[in-house]
Amino acid sequence: MTNAPNIDGWTCPLPLRDQPNILIGHGGGGKLSAELIEHLFYPAFANHLLQARGDSAVLALAGERLAFTTDSFVVRPLFFPGGSIGDLAVNGTVNDLAMMGARPLYLSAGFILEEGLPIATLGGVVERMGAAARVAGVQIVAGDTKVVERGHGDGVYINTSGIGVIPPGVQIAPELARPGDMVLASGTLGDHGMAILSVREGLEFETVIQSDCAPLHGLVEALLAAAPGVRVLRDATRGGAAAALNEIARASGIGVVIDERKLPVNPATAAACELLGMDPLHVANEGKLVAFVPPDQAEAALAALRAHELGAQAAIIGTVVEAHPGVLVGRTGIGGSRVIDTQVGEQLPRIC
Amino acid sequence: MKYLSEFRDEALAARLFDEIAAITTRPWAIMEVCGGQTHSIIRNGVDQLLPPEIELIHGPGCPVCVTPLETIDRALAIAARPDVIFCSFGDMLRVPGSGQDLFGVRSAGGDVRIVYSPLDAVKLARENPASEVVFFAIGFETTAPANAMAVLQAGREGLANFSILASHVLVPPAMEAILQAPGNRVQAFLAAGHVCSVMGTWQYGPLAGRYHTPVVVTGFEPLDVLEGIRMAVAQLETGRAEVENAYARAVSFEGNRSAQAVLDQVFEVCDRKWRGIGEIPSSGWRLRERYRAFDAAERFDVAGIVTTESALCRSGDVLRGHLKPNQCPAFGKECTPRRPLGATMVSSEGACAAYFQYRRVESQEAIYRRDAESDERT
Repeated sequence: MTNAPNIDGWTCPLPLRDQPNILIGHGGGGKLSAELIEHLFYPAFANHLLQARGDSAVLALAGERLAFTTDSFVVRPLFFPGGSIGDLAVNGTVNDLAMMGARPLYLSAGFILEEGLPIATLGGVVERMGAAARVAGVQIVAGDTKVVERGHGDGVYINTSGIGVIPPGVQIAPELARPGDMVLASGTLGDHGMAILSVREGLEFETVIQSDCAPLHGLVEALLAAAPGVRVLRDATRGGAAAALNEIARASGIGVVIDERKLPVNPATAAACELLGMDPLHVANEGKLVAFVPPDQAEAALAALRAHELGAQAAIIGTVVEAHPGVLVGRTGIGGSRVIDTQVGEQLPRIC
Repeated sequence: MKYLSEFRDEALAARLFDEIAAITTRPWAIMEVCGGQTHSIIRNGVDQLLPPEIELIHGPGCPVCVTPLETIDRALAIAARPDVIFCSFGDMLRVPGSGQDLFGVRSAGGDVRIVYSPLDAVKLARENPASEVVFFAIGFETTAPANAMAVLQAGREGLANFSILASHVLVPPAMEAILQAPGNRVQAFLAAGHVCSVMGTWQYGPLAGRYHTPVVVTGFEPLDVLEGIRMAVAQLETGRAEVENAYARAVSFEGNRSAQAVLDQVFEVCDRKWRGIGEIPSSGWRLRERYRAFDAAERFDVAGIVTTESALCRSGDVLRGHLKPNQCPAFGKECTPRRPLGATMVSSEGACAAYFQYRRVESQEAIYRRDAESDERT
């Protein structure tokens, strides 16, 4: 962009001009992130492929439909229980492709390294990437490395882009949810975020919480075989399942009602969330998806998810309604109900 | 998480709702004192299922919300100093001062860190001898013991680079101020369970007697809150005004004696201003003279703080129970969690944030009714 954006013209009722600098929350997957996308990136890059708002763009090329996506990874620490930045860099992009129903094929990898990073550390990261790529059945076919001065990075930043092929007949997009659809979660919610938080902040719980980092395209393939009518898929990464469900509710112009009693949550994750005053619905996952499925295929979809090792704890968590379009409502454990909104930025641990 | 799920049991909740409905013969206004209770009530929809005669008034027990603007501005000024590592609990970071919040200070280069315990800040002081480490010590009686411990620990280690910016507030004087206020509508209190786990229930006897107002010490899970409401209504209906304990699994009559001893060693009672409410006599704690060296307010001469509150924000009326959050003209319009005008819109324990988070779209009853109808259709 040659010119600074004219922020006075922004349409958002809560424009960014309140805050002249980038906040950490702009990367949190919540409303601040959405504002950047809506008011900075979409206007600057305006095209219908980007603005389809899928986890990947869908490109029609040479008779094939290709899914194309990119993601950057800045996690600290680089290694954590259940994974590493290398695993995330492969699986995160693989999953964005899988959420369009695509079979992931090729990845690129860009590294931004900080001066002074031990080569052994980088070696560990790259080894994990290679292993993750083999597990996911993708090849890393292009790459780039840049080094920044000490103090200008946090060890390793990785960007990956990926391409996959969408099989004929598969039609998945965020705006396709319809009233009556059932909402499924592929497994326990909030594990990745709490795993990272507990190692980052040195919080010790009786059970070590493991990240759920995993490639989901195999699970998606099994799901689509059993329930070919699947309408929407989204991996519940930053902002958690709540952000994913809210995005779909808005994109499809429908309401979503979930039953909080049916949400699968690991006991250790639930306990850590309780302790810190956080809600697993808003905590990041790296190996979980939500699926919107026509009602007559919901049981088959659930069975297919549960039969797969990455979906053993899958559950039907809610339904799509015509009422309250764009809004996610939770039925609470005691029979009340509440609106479940996207977080503004990061979820903040509570004081007491 | 078995130890909590039994306090969220739907069948037991239904039984308590029935019992409350059965003993209620006329309107009663009950204040839940603590923001944690407000959050639980709104998050779980407790108030939607109560008999219409029972009104819950949301009390001032959110420490983030009542921390005075001057203190926030002072924190922002200290945090912006290049020699300072400023440590705070997470939910203070988004509380607006007159100009910005701690996130803003951080994005402008200030070293602002979220910690989970004041002892983490002591550790940072130990590891960073060249920096001044300041901990933002706010909160009620619940958080104060750990903050007192941090001061004692820093004293033992001789950490001259550690200090706290203390703005502790005390619950019983605030409850008394509410009862004394003209136009008070509160007829019974659900006292803050975790405050009482530290301080005991003995503090409330005189209050209940003098103002003939039932005080039921209450926990935070839906069933805890319902049991507290049931006991309060039972007292109101029979004309009693006693201190009762609905949170006996955490609270005793005498409280935590060793915590009280540490508090008494480090802090002394002082008058304190509450944001949105004003000054309440003997409602705060400050560091005693011999620990004054750890007082960040004295260590850092931050002059020229001029505070400006939003003219639209009516959080004072909300905190006093005169206004429900969604009755404020600015609610959800000029004032949202993204751009809060007052602290009650920030913390998850703040009444305005709880209403915005869970209630803003339309009346919850309407949503519930329509969902039930669409359930019937399918």
